[in-house]
Amino acid sequence: MAVELDVELVSPEEVTYSGSAEMVIVRTVEEGDIAFCAGHVPFLGVLAPWSVDVLRPGGERDTFAVHRGFVEVSHNKVTILSDVSEPAGEIDTGRAEAARQRAAEALATDAEDVEAAAALERAELRLRVAAA
Amino acid sequence: MPGGRERELRRRIGSIQSTKKITRAMELIAATRVVKAMQRANAARPYARLITSVIEDLAAGGAEVDHPLLRQAPEVRNVGFIIITGDRGLAGAYNTSVIRTAERQVMAHVSEGKGYSLCCVGRKSASYFRFRNYRIDNAVSGFSDNPSYDDARRIAETVSESFLSEAVDQVELIYTEFVSMGTQRVVVRRFLPLVDTEMMAREGSGTGREGSFEFEPSPEAVLEALLPRYTEARLYGALLDAAASEHASRQRAMKAATDNAEELITKLSRAMNQARQDAITTEIMEIVGGAEALGGGDATDADIAPASMLAGTDASVTATAGAHPA
Repeated sequence: MAVELDVELVSPEEVTYSGSAEMVIVRTVEEGDIAFCAGHVPFLGVLAPWSVDVLRPGGERDTFAVHRGFVEVSHNKVTILSDVSEPAGEIDTGRAEAARQRAAEALATDAEDVEAAAALERAELRLRVAAA
Repeated sequence: MPGGRERELRRRIGSIQSTKKITRAMELIAATRVVKAMQRANAARPYARLITSVIEDLAAGGAEVDHPLLRQAPEVRNVGFIIITGDRGLAGAYNTSVIRTAERQVMAHVSEGKGYSLCCVGRKSASYFRFRNYRIDNAVSGFSDNPSYDDARRIAETVSESFLSEAVDQVELIYTEFVSMGTQRVVVRRFLPLVDTEMMAREGSGTGREGSFEFEPSPEAVLEALLPRYTEARLYGALLDAAASEHASRQRAMKAATDNAEELITKLSRAMNQARQDAITTEIMEIVGGAEALGGGDATDADIAPASMLAGTDASVTATAGAHPA
């Protein structure tokens, strides 16, 4: 039996997901995508606003949109700490699409609008995760 | 007038009975809420524990940073206070004991010649300090019985900002710690500056894990991103503890009120029964007296009858009393 990873997704309010996985793929702020398998060296990184993919042993894949957070890997345990994360199944694509358009319009009028840029990034991430 | 006293007592018993119904309802509501608040506090624990253990690992990995949140001012001139109370009263000594501790702390620092800055969480502390003309720099309320992480983040951000802008050199957090259903105590904790990472590691769960970590992008960058989250998580934990404590105190206070109401009702019912008995006795005496005064021989049953009807409750006694002189 192959060694599996324990995966936990923890928000400040509760443990939102826990399960086992063959591989976990995340993206860190500067270095880009990184995948963890069992036996990975202890690792600690800051997550970029991007998706987190959990490849389950049966071949299924759970995807989450994580807007910011940290990943810690040690002793075959992957812990993702994030105060804003959502599973792909719970994303409201209609709302995300509306938010994307609103943010894009705000950016068109004022290219310096940091908040709108962040909102656009979030909305695009949601749409991308939901479509996957 | 003998009947008046009885009626007055009856009215008081009625009003106490309806008060009892209210306090009983509040007790039951608080009892369910305290369970929910405890569950929330427990659900929030993994995050707080993990964020501490991450800091621990960072300390073990030898991250040395000069983060502004760790700034130790050479001389503390202004002290900030975060005071966490409830929005509503009727919770026994819950609000007053926090406020009393806070006021004592503020006084102690003022007498040392330091300035203060208050951040009042919950309507009760804000109204207390405003009434006494303290300067309140920040007051938030409306969520004391059910705080969300966003509330914690908002407060942590404002407080951190005033710390970073050097408006305050130190921040104390005053709240009620939820030890168990029966025990809650007011505690004063240092909120900022954060004690150095090694201290945090010691405060944490303390399972010194071996193995050197890989950090991305770098230990310093991770710590920098982590520290603000750590302050938020701590404040969130404090808010949840305070909420659970508030509900527990309210439940206890309302239970005591309900018990008191029951006791009062028993006492007043006794007094009322006695008053009623007194009234009846007086009435009998009056009738007997009246009958005797008329005793000259022309006292007929027709004169007695209306009186016995009025004293309906003791008609038989009246009847025998009326019969006696005849």
